[in-house]
Amino acid sequence: MSGATASPGRLARAWDSDIAWSFRHSPVALVSGFAVLVCFVGAFGCGFLAPHDPFNLASLSLSNSFLPPVPLKGSSWSFVFGTDDQGRDVLSAIMYGTRISLIVGFAAIAMALSLGIALGLLAGYFGGVTDAVLMRAADVQLSFPSLLIALLVDGIVRALLPRGAQNALELYVLIFAIGIARWPQFARTVRGSTLVERGREYVMAARVIGIGPVRIMASHILPNVLGPVLVLATINLGLAILDEATLSFLGLGLPPTQPSLGTLISNGNNFLYSGDWWITVFPGIVLAGMVLAINLLGDWLRDALNPRLR
Amino acid sequence: MIAQLVSRLLQAIPVLLVVGFLSFAIFTYVGDPVSIMLGQNATPAMRIAMRHALGLDQPFLVQYWHFMVRAVHFNFGLSYRLALPVSQLILERLPATTELVMTSAVLALLVGLPLGVYTGIRPNGFVSRTIMAGSLLGVSLPTFLLGILLILFFSVLLGWLPSFGRGHVVNFTHWSTGFLTLSGLKSLILPSITLGLFQMTLIMRLVRTEMLEVLRSDYIKFARARGLGPRAIYFGHALRNTLVPVITIVGLQIGGLIGFSIVTETVFQWPGMGLLLVQSIQNADIPVMSAYLMLIAVVFVVINLVVDILYYVVDPRLRVKR
Repeated sequence: MSGATASPGRLARAWDSDIAWSFRHSPVALVSGFAVLVCFVGAFGCGFLAPHDPFNLASLSLSNSFLPPVPLKGSSWSFVFGTDDQGRDVLSAIMYGTRISLIVGFAAIAMALSLGIALGLLAGYFGGVTDAVLMRAADVQLSFPSLLIALLVDGIVRALLPRGAQNALELYVLIFAIGIARWPQFARTVRGSTLVERGREYVMAARVIGIGPVRIMASHILPNVLGPVLVLATINLGLAILDEATLSFLGLGLPPTQPSLGTLISNGNNFLYSGDWWITVFPGIVLAGMVLAINLLGDWLRDALNPRLR
Repeated sequence: MIAQLVSRLLQAIPVLLVVGFLSFAIFTYVGDPVSIMLGQNATPAMRIAMRHALGLDQPFLVQYWHFMVRAVHFNFGLSYRLALPVSQLILERLPATTELVMTSAVLALLVGLPLGVYTGIRPNGFVSRTIMAGSLLGVSLPTFLLGILLILFFSVLLGWLPSFGRGHVVNFTHWSTGFLTLSGLKSLILPSITLGLFQMTLIMRLVRTEMLEVLRSDYIKFARARGLGPRAIYFGHALRNTLVPVITIVGLQIGGLIGFSIVTETVFQWPGMGLLLVQSIQNADIPVMSAYLMLIAVVFVVINLVVDILYYVVDPRLRVKR
C-alpha cells in the first residue's frame, strides 16, 4: 500500500518542517513541552503509574493521615508528597486530579471552539443583521471578566437542576459554564479572518459553481481561518484550567468525591493553619507549573506560526 | 466631544436593557419564588394569591417593566437565604469591596508603572531580566493560590499579618472604612497584594512594551539631539505617549479586579460583595445573583465611559478630530 511507504516520508517531512525546527531550537519550547508531556502522562496514566488508588476506601488508613513529605521527620517513601487528613497519598490524588482538570479544560475549550467557530463563520460570511447581533452579544460578554460569566452560568444551571442530580452532573455543568464564558474570543477571531476570506477568488469560484453556503463555510473557508484560532485555543486551555480550579476552590466546582486540582487545593486550605502545608502546596505547584508550561508553549506557537516575527 | 459622549451613553442603554432582561429572566424563571416563600404545605388558593401579590400572573412585558422600574429604585426583592432586602445586603458589603479594589488598583499602578518604565529603559539589564522572569510567574499563578501562599508565610509561619476579615472598621452613616485603624490597614495588606499582583504585572509588561516602541521613534532621537536630559525625555515625552493604552487596560482591569475580588474575598473571608455572591450561588439565592448581575453591568458601563473621557484628557489629538 502507498500508506506504508508514505508514512516514513511524512515523518521525515514533519521533522524537517519549519515548526519542528523552531521547536527543536527553542529551549523554552523544549522545557515547557517536556513539562506538559510529564503532566499528560502522569494524568492519563494515573491508573498504572499512581503509587496508590486514592478512591479505594479500603486501602486508606487513618493511621497514615497527615504524614509529611519525604525529607521531613516521620515521612515514608511510600507517600513521597505526604498524606492528607484521610491518609490519602497526595501524589496519587494529584495525578487523578490533574486528569480531571485536563479533561474539563479540554472539553470546555472544545465547546468554546466549536461554538466560536460556528458563530464566527456565520457572522463573517453572512454579515448584516446576523453579524451585528452576534458581535454585539460577543462585545457585551467580553466586557465582563470570563470568570464572572462562568461563575454566574454555573450558579444558574445549578439552581435549575434538581438537588439530587447536582453532584453527578457537576462535571458537565462546569464544562458548559467555562465553554460559554470563552466563546466570544474565538468567534471574533474567526469572524475577522472570514471577512477577509469571503472576498477571495476561491470563495467566489465555489459560489459560482453552485456550492451551498454551509459547505463553503465548512470545507473552504474553515481550513484557511483555523491557524490563529488554534493558537488562541492553546493559550485559552491554560486559562480554562485555571477557571475550573478557581470555581472548584470557591466550592462551586467538582465535589470532593471526584476532586480536581482546585478541589484538592481547597481541601488542603482547611489544614493550612495547623501547619500541614503540603496538602495544599503540592497540588498548587502542579497547577501553576502546568498552566505556566501551557502558556509558554502557546506563546512559542504564536511566534513560530507568525511569519512577520521571523 | 459631547456628541461622542452622548452617543456612548446611548450605546450603553441596550447593554443595560439586555443585562436587565437576563437578570429578570433569572429572577423570574430560575427557582420558584412562590414555593420558596410559602413552603410545601401551601394550598393552591394561597399559591394563587401569592402569585398575584408578587405580580407573577401579569403579562411577560409588564413584569419586565416592573422589574426594571424596581431595579432603578434599587429594589431587588428579598434574599431567599437571609430574608433581608437584597439592596441592604449589597449596601452593607459595598464599602469592603470598594476599598479592597481601589487599594489594589492604586498599588498595581504605583508599582507597575515605575517598574514598566525602568524595564523599558534598560531592557537588557540584570534587574530588568529578573523582574520580567518574576512577572511571568505572576501571570501564571492563580489568584487563590497566591492568597494561600501569602497566608502561609505571613500569617501562619511568621504571624505578622491577619489572615481573614477586615480588622476594626470605623462606621460613618452608610460607610464602614478600614483605612482609619491600624488593624484595618494591616488586614488590607495581604488581600490587596493578592488581588493587585496580576494587574501589576500586566501594567508593567504593557508599559515596558510601549516604552520600548516609543523610545525607538524619531521624536525621541530628536529630543536626545536637542540635548534634553533623561528625565525630560523619559517622563515628559516617552511616558506620556504610552499612557493611552495603559489607561484602557487599567480601566478595563478595574472591572477585572471586581471580578477577581470574588476569589480574593473568599480566600481572606473579606466581608464584601464577592463573598456575598459566592455564598448566594452556593445556596441558590437567586435574587442576590440577579441584583449582582445588574449592579456589575452598571459599574462596567460607568468604567468604560470614564475610560473614554480620560482619552480626551490624555490625548489632545482626539480633541481636534471631528
